[in-house]
Amino acid sequence: MRHVVLEEWSRRQSWLHQRDPRAKCLALVVFLILVATSDKNFPLVAGGYLILLIALVRSARLPLGAVLARSAVVLPFSFIFGLVSALAGNIHHAVLLVSKSYLSALAVLITIATSPVPKLLYGLEQLGIPQFLLWVVQFLYRYLFVVSEEAQRMHSAVVARGASLGALRARGVRFQAAAGALAVLFLRSYGRAEDIHRAMLARGFQGGLRQLSASRFGWKDGAFVLAAGVIPAALRILLEARLTWFRQSV
Amino acid sequence: MVPAISVSGLRFRYEDGTPALDGIDFQLRAGETVALFGPNGSGKTTFVLHLNGLLRGEGKIEVCGLAVRDENLPAIRRKVGIVFQDSDNQLFMPTVLEDVAFGPLNLGLQAKAAVEKASWALAHTGIAGIASKPPYHLSAGEKKRVAIAGILVMDPEILVLDEPTTFLDPPARRSLTDLLRRLPQSKILVTHDVHFADALAQRAVFFDKGRIAGEGSVAEIVCRFDWNPDIGES
Repeated sequence: MRHVVLEEWSRRQSWLHQRDPRAKCLALVVFLILVATSDKNFPLVAGGYLILLIALVRSARLPLGAVLARSAVVLPFSFIFGLVSALAGNIHHAVLLVSKSYLSALAVLITIATSPVPKLLYGLEQLGIPQFLLWVVQFLYRYLFVVSEEAQRMHSAVVARGASLGALRARGVRFQAAAGALAVLFLRSYGRAEDIHRAMLARGFQGGLRQLSASRFGWKDGAFVLAAGVIPAALRILLEARLTWFRQSV
Repeated sequence: MVPAISVSGLRFRYEDGTPALDGIDFQLRAGETVALFGPNGSGKTTFVLHLNGLLRGEGKIEVCGLAVRDENLPAIRRKVGIVFQDSDNQLFMPTVLEDVAFGPLNLGLQAKAAVEKASWALAHTGIAGIASKPPYHLSAGEKKRVAIAGILVMDPEILVLDEPTTFLDPPARRSLTDLLRRLPQSKILVTHDVHFADALAQRAVFFDKGRIAGEGSVAEIVCRFDWNPDIGES
């Protein structure tokens, strides 16, 4: 199944994979705050952030093209809001919205792609995130795969009987078929989700995230968090100041 | 001697009102293996889901003398291990070892003890060599063994296997039969596979429309309910 890609990335070995999930979560929060609060000369600052994130992807031995492409999953949503801003005459705001959402998605993806989800959730639990919220994330993560698997099975069944989306469209079978398929997908996924929950209960699951290997927050992790705050902040200050100086000189 | 499982007057209706079980009386003796036969939808799987409280109907169920009640559920779920029909529903951790250790960690064992128990269960089921593999890369037979290891690791007194030979090729089926024969637990096998049941079960029970329609030896039940898969095949 295709969803295993992210899981496979998170199992690779690199200095970033070895960092404690808590360090990566803290670094992510710092970075997101920096991105969210950047405004002055943002296109140049965004370029700096992008180069920084690309360097992280390369050093974490993740496939650059695939990571950049997967981060673009947020673009359809942010483009819609950006378009609304652009139509209202605020192009600067539209550019900010699209670029900030892409950079944020890329940073989140790098965090997830270098931390197996059980460890990431355990790290969040250690940081004091409410357990109930983490259970919801844990089940959502598991059940998203279920929905994805069921959708892939249904797609295979359709293709195996000689159909294709193009052929269906040509015959005018679109919204009605899609609505029916969605209903079937929901029912099948719901049934499987119940089975999975039963299987977990049968093995003593009562909530909670137990780990075989609890990672330790060492000095390297502390240094990583510090660097994750200092480097982008310095980059931002430098690029903003440099542009101001450049404009003044011109 | 206290029976491993004792059920009397068990009735159950699904939320939409569909009757699934209509007065089931059943006993499983310690060390005994019983096969549950019956048409699809006759209530076999619904019945076994009651044995560790995953479904709750009317009637009385006791597991090793413990009544199936909320306060006894943790102990009962430790005693009754269910291996589900679709192993993919049971295996969800990133590696085989982590998946098998999921149960012991839930029971409160420390990580080191959980790994030791999981390693023992993997060795006992003959799959120690795949401990570090992700479950989704395994064959159906290997997945079934991992699912069984994930149950064995909890030291159950009763094993319930729902359609265990589904998706298995003949060598994997033979291998599973040999493995189950070696395990000392009491067993309930929900199956359509008459040869598999005949190789393992001392007794068979036939379900029909939510009731037990008959019980006896595997040969008697197969003959009485015309359940021989070889008859009518050319």
